[in-house]
Amino acid sequence: MTAYLLKRLAIAVVTLVLASMVVFAVLEIIPGDPARLMLGLNASADQIELLRNQMGLNAPVVLRYLHWAGGLLSLDFGRSYTYSVPVIDLVRERLVVSLPLALMALALSTIIAIPVGLFSASRHGRAGDTIAMGAAQLGVAVPNFWFALMLIYLFAVWLRLVPGGGFPGWSAGVLPALKSLLLPAVALALPQAAILARVTRSALIEVLNEDYIRTARAKGLPYRLVLWRHALRNAMIPVVTILGLQFAFLLAGTIIIENVFYLPGLGRLVFQAINQRDLIVVESVVMLLVAAVIVVNFIVDLSYAVVDPRLRGR
Amino acid sequence: MSLLEIEKLSLTIGSTRILRDIELSVAPGEVMGLVGESGSGKSMTALTVMQLLPWAAHTSGHITFDGIDILAASEDQMCALRGDDIGMVFQEPMTALNPVKTIGEQVAEGIRWHTRASRADAEERARKMLDRVGLPAAQFPLSRYPHELSGGQRQRVVIAIACALKPKLLIADEPTTALDVVLQAQILDLLRDLVAENRMGLLLISHDLAVVTEMADRIIILRHGEVMEAGDTARTLSEQLHPYTRQLAQASMHVPARARTHDSGSAKPLLQVENVTRDYPGRRTSLLKRAAPIRAVDDVSFSMAPGQSVALVGRSGCGKSTLARMVLALDGPTSGAIRFRGDTLTGKSEAELKPARRDMQVVFQDPYGSFDPRQKVERLVAEPLHVLEKKPVPAARREMVAHALHEVGLSPGDMDKYPHEFSGGQRQRLSIARAIITRPKLVVADEPVSALDVSIRAQILDLFAELNQKLGIAYLFITHDLTVARAITDEVMVMHDGKIVERGRTSEVLDHPQSAAAKALVAAAPDLHRAIAKRLQEQG
Repeated sequence: MTAYLLKRLAIAVVTLVLASMVVFAVLEIIPGDPARLMLGLNASADQIELLRNQMGLNAPVVLRYLHWAGGLLSLDFGRSYTYSVPVIDLVRERLVVSLPLALMALALSTIIAIPVGLFSASRHGRAGDTIAMGAAQLGVAVPNFWFALMLIYLFAVWLRLVPGGGFPGWSAGVLPALKSLLLPAVALALPQAAILARVTRSALIEVLNEDYIRTARAKGLPYRLVLWRHALRNAMIPVVTILGLQFAFLLAGTIIIENVFYLPGLGRLVFQAINQRDLIVVESVVMLLVAAVIVVNFIVDLSYAVVDPRLRGR
Repeated sequence: MSLLEIEKLSLTIGSTRILRDIELSVAPGEVMGLVGESGSGKSMTALTVMQLLPWAAHTSGHITFDGIDILAASEDQMCALRGDDIGMVFQEPMTALNPVKTIGEQVAEGIRWHTRASRADAEERARKMLDRVGLPAAQFPLSRYPHELSGGQRQRVVIAIACALKPKLLIADEPTTALDVVLQAQILDLLRDLVAENRMGLLLISHDLAVVTEMADRIIILRHGEVMEAGDTARTLSEQLHPYTRQLAQASMHVPARARTHDSGSAKPLLQVENVTRDYPGRRTSLLKRAAPIRAVDDVSFSMAPGQSVALVGRSGCGKSTLARMVLALDGPTSGAIRFRGDTLTGKSEAELKPARRDMQVVFQDPYGSFDPRQKVERLVAEPLHVLEKKPVPAARREMVAHALHEVGLSPGDMDKYPHEFSGGQRQRLSIARAIITRPKLVVADEPVSALDVSIRAQILDLFAELNQKLGIAYLFITHDLTVARAITDEVMVMHDGKIVERGRTSEVLDHPQSAAAKALVAAAPDLHRAIAKRLQEQG
């Protein structure tokens, strides 16, 4: 178990270092001089050169990489070129929206998907399965912003249960904040739940054909218990894998939903930063997301070992 | 008064008729043998009694167990019976246990469910049951996971699960088919003892007449879902009144006619194995430490003459397959040398091995798993041709495939079919065609008939014998089945713990084994003649 853990940890660290190099290199290559952008069209060449020196843009690439990477380690992400505030502050105020939103969506998606997957797999090939999987197909096919608009129309405009957009901030109280995140979370969760339900179903169908399921039934356990106790845990590995991927997506890939609901999230921050060539913000957010994905994958790897004792010896 | 009474049972799944008018009964303390070839409906009969059929199944007739009408029972009633009054043991011990739960959890689970015992009480009973089936606490604590156990040990766990609540009826569906003969004998002994202890009825399902004859008081022979013959085991099998019974009995003792046999020593040896040893790295015990390496093959030397047929027998895990892989140059020895037709194979590159690869081929156990289902027979059988020096043109290739198919008794027209269009026996013919297409001098066959029904097995053995006579191919048969060794080989090598402990003429070794390992194998091997004689003697 220790060997497995350390191996996974080493892989995670190496991936993080390599990713930081790639992110840094890509942003070096793309055109656009941040100094020129900050000073505007009328700046003289001397002014630009001065600022470039101040920003350290003229130093050798390796030094700049090391400086930047060292800063990341101490959570010093530098200052935004456009807003002239520490990047960490920008990121922090977005993260308090994006992270809870991602977690809520993930929880909702799991809560919906697992029972649907169980239901479908246990009635494999019958009417209930066909209907559930038809609905899931629809969930995958329909774009989430359309879901979002329908949800706003139904719950915000018509029933007036929740706000239709905007984020009051956590200072306004936990309940109003959660309330304003609820619809976007549902809109994000539905397509993810549809995918997850399909994965759960197919993993379960495979497991249900295994001999040990028959052994469990021959013990006299009712089918329902066999499903929960014996089948589900064995089907968890593909499900957990997809969950890990979905979390990464939900953290940053939510720009459309953020726009529909006027939420100040990470997705919009990156989008604006790219438009304004605020490279340091882009770099920082991308690295943050990479780190999040790597951490999540590490947790996923650990959960494999928790689910399957055969992996612990490796 | 019967414990289980099946009357006029018919079963259809979808529109396919699986069983027709089955009549069967098991009394308390009685062992009833249910014999038949694959697809005869043996397992379906068992699953009908357990009511574990697929949902599209439709049954008619009567099944009465202990006064309960099984076919009319609700799912709740069946759940109360299963695992409590009726236990079931399955064929595949390797996959019959849940890999993510400990053996303790799995044995205790049924006890807790049926008796509502506390976790501690259930675990105590599970512990006792595991002790009873021969898994003592010192080596097999409840916290063991299935993957830490061997096949025979896992089957003991499955039996512990099935017998934990002292069921009135135990259904054992091919409980020993996947095990080697010595383990088989141990598991059969265990089942016999459990029957005697608890006056449990045992419905023993098997394709192996010898096993059933050793175990069962009465026997039922099933074919295509119908009962062919039923009655007292000794009488049924000694008189063999029904033609199908006779056919089965003869097929299971079939010995192919072989005109001449080959002796070693006469010609220049085809294969020489000299002091070959193979170590595998031990399990990692901690981050930096590994256990001592495992010696799978230990200083083995032997030689084979051209055209000679040699059996390599031994229990599972004795190293026979590792040795075979090294002979085929699929794995390299840790030390020692293997020479094929005088050339050393060890340490050669793939290109240098090509001439040797042409002259040795392999036939595997599983005719289902060894073909790509999406390729046509022509490509599958022609596969080894890529080792030829000059690749044949398509027309010549078709010609060669047609010829190889003809030689194994298939039609050249089968070339354009896919593997799923063939039966198990035909598929094994295909793998033999694939093996002989390069005109090899040596064929290594790893349990080539153990997945086949007895009548098919007899035909495939005939085919092996015929090809040996006609083409002069030497065989290295790897098997744990001594009847196969007896049927088709000139010499036998007995392997035990990585060493060859005995070698000699087949009849000599099998009739007068010298080493302890060989004696154990011979004693444990089921033998139909011997079993019938013993039964008749017991009955006077």
